[in-house]
Amino acid sequence: MSTVHLGIPQVRPQHASPSSTLRGERGFPEAARDALADPTLRENLRRATSTIQTKRASAVREVRDWQKLRNAGSALKWQVTDHLPELLEQLESSVTAAGGVVHWARDAEEAGEIVTALALERGAREVLKVKSMATQEIGLNEVLAHAGIRVIESDLAELIVQLADDTPSHILVPAIHRNREEIREIFLASMPDLDESITDEPSELAEAARRFLREKFLDMPGSVAISGANFAVAETGTMVVVESEGNGRMCLTLPKTLISVVGIEKIVPTFEDLEVFLQLLPRSSTGERMNPYTTMFTGVHEGDGPEEFHLVLLDNGRSAVLEDPEGRSALHCIRCSACLNVCPVYVRTGGHAYGSTYPGPIGAILSPQMTGMSGSDDPNSTLPYASSLCGACYDVCPVKINIPEILVHLRTKDVDRRRETRGDFHGTWDMALKGAGKLMSSPRAYDLAVRSAGPLTSVLGGKNIGKLPGVLPLIPGWTDHRDLPKPGASFRSWWDQHEKERSSADGTTEPDAAPDGEEQA
Amino acid sequence: MRISLMTTCLVDVMAPDVARATVILLERLGHQVVFDKRQTCCGQMHTNSGYYTEAAPVVRSFVDTFEPALDTVDAIVMPSGSCAGCVRDQHQLVARHEGDSELEERAAAVSAKTYELSELLVDVLKVTDVGAYFPHSVTYHPTCHSMRFLKVGPRPLKLLRAVDGIEVKNLPESDTCCGFGGTFSVKNDATSDAMVTDKAANVVRSGADFVVAGDVSCLMNIGGKLRRTGAAPKSIHLAQILASTKEDPFVPSETILGRSA
Repeated sequence: MSTVHLGIPQVRPQHASPSSTLRGERGFPEAARDALADPTLRENLRRATSTIQTKRASAVREVRDWQKLRNAGSALKWQVTDHLPELLEQLESSVTAAGGVVHWARDAEEAGEIVTALALERGAREVLKVKSMATQEIGLNEVLAHAGIRVIESDLAELIVQLADDTPSHILVPAIHRNREEIREIFLASMPDLDESITDEPSELAEAARRFLREKFLDMPGSVAISGANFAVAETGTMVVVESEGNGRMCLTLPKTLISVVGIEKIVPTFEDLEVFLQLLPRSSTGERMNPYTTMFTGVHEGDGPEEFHLVLLDNGRSAVLEDPEGRSALHCIRCSACLNVCPVYVRTGGHAYGSTYPGPIGAILSPQMTGMSGSDDPNSTLPYASSLCGACYDVCPVKINIPEILVHLRTKDVDRRRETRGDFHGTWDMALKGAGKLMSSPRAYDLAVRSAGPLTSVLGGKNIGKLPGVLPLIPGWTDHRDLPKPGASFRSWWDQHEKERSSADGTTEPDAAPDGEEQA
Repeated sequence: MRISLMTTCLVDVMAPDVARATVILLERLGHQVVFDKRQTCCGQMHTNSGYYTEAAPVVRSFVDTFEPALDTVDAIVMPSGSCAGCVRDQHQLVARHEGDSELEERAAAVSAKTYELSELLVDVLKVTDVGAYFPHSVTYHPTCHSMRFLKVGPRPLKLLRAVDGIEVKNLPESDTCCGFGGTFSVKNDATSDAMVTDKAANVVRSGADFVVAGDVSCLMNIGGKLRRTGAAPKSIHLAQILASTKEDPFVPSETILGRSA
């Protein structure tokens, strides 16, 4: 595999730093069990995802050229991954020409240091934040808190998560796992001036958040705000932030200093390309024709908006994703979260089970590639298996990322690594599939095994196989939850009989291929 | 036509009546069925679990079995959407992973003649009314690989609607995965169980006597859950319905996907 050069500064591909919030403490199967056992969480998720899913479907249905738009979005994203170094250089010069300052951060630590230094130099004790995945991923709030700077999330859902000292569980709707009653409790516990007569009506809760935040917006002299960006236009140096609430726009326009932390894959080549993505993103994401607020900002303008603009371009494992030709299209993601809402796994387990800032199907291919899969005890090694490969995610992806194919590719990488590591290819599954592979490539042995399955299992009573003792490998995973048909006579034994009857009936003999291959059919 | 039957390993062992029904159906339609006993498995369990290297000899065995007869058979049929999908989409990937370009080419030739059952009937044999009789209510689960990878679309439903005596009922949330997913059902058994629990509940909600699909794997999963919970509906493969006639009607046995008459 070739080394991908990322322009200025040139870097070697490297994985995300361990301090990133891209890896949980437990593997997916264990983490999922907790969520599956929580009926409130299950119901919150089911309701919210099915509502967004339905909205999305109708918003997409009304676009006649939706498939063409997806193709265009995919083609543009491939153009970006194919020409990332040049585009990054172009972006740097256009941002600089517009009066902005570009910083390069190769990992979470560097990005954290850059932002912290910028904020401290400006004497900020509090900073406002626009909802951003990149800053979540690098744990920026915690880094700033460590430096004595308080972060205030301005996005309603992000604020709920922050006030509850919780972590987001969805890309678009970070507090999707919470219901109205829970949100009311959180607000009452953390907003001292809030009247206790507040109900759990969404409008009342939103009003409470609005009042809480307005004070912050208006009371920040010498202020600093931090954002991400949905798109960064290489041609013009323009950053684009799309949102629903307008709080983002307050953060992007009111403060003196604006710092945007943006993943290097967020580039689009030209301003015109936004036409494609601004149609794809809102319909896929919130199920709206257009999102209420789209803020575009290019460098600085005297007397208009922030006086200083800093762009922190973040690698943090993206170069490692880019290095794998079969996995790199995970970087095409525009964070719409449509794949989460349709995923039968995500809908039941929620986002926390994935252990990463990026949950759901896209997270299952993005997180392990960004961090690398370091071995069988790495929780992120379990993520590529956290899917039944049903393909619903691929159908809805606005930029046509073939998530099921990449999931299988990552499973292959995980298995290949074990096979190539001496003494590491002896897990239960490794042994079982090695054995099965041998049997299934030996027609004669296989024929015998198939014919013996019925007689061998005839010792078990009943017509089906029920719960089995846990000492058996693999099978209880099935029989703990469902019955298994008990094998009887195999099809091939019936076929032998059928052949005989058929040839005696029409007086001909069909040449019959023996399982050992001595005869040709 | 001369049609080569690839039963799939799961059918051969766990649901032999599905292969038997496929033979009965195709012969009734006037076609000649051949069954090469050297056949084993398509390798899907290996490929989808990431074991490409271990899948390679299985794929090779598959190609060795079916390639020599390509000139003498008109089609290869598999009563499984996911196995047909594996042959079509993954055999070449496995060959490429092993750097075996010869196998890649041979696999492509075999896959070009391989069809899932409803594809064979509707597209190749150009038939939707197969003369079947099945006086029961059914609900159709479109299995993910049939629906999204092979894109069989309305073919199975067209075949079902032409069956004499049948009543096809709507399955709520039909396009949601049943939670089988091959080794997923065991590796992530709790999540898989949550999925199949919902699927089985929707089958019950449909009010149908049978849930029908084109994949034995999904049917074993749904049927196994229905049985475990004591629910009345049974799972049945499309081939079993299409093979059923007034003279020789399908009567289910106690065994999941089994037939007593």
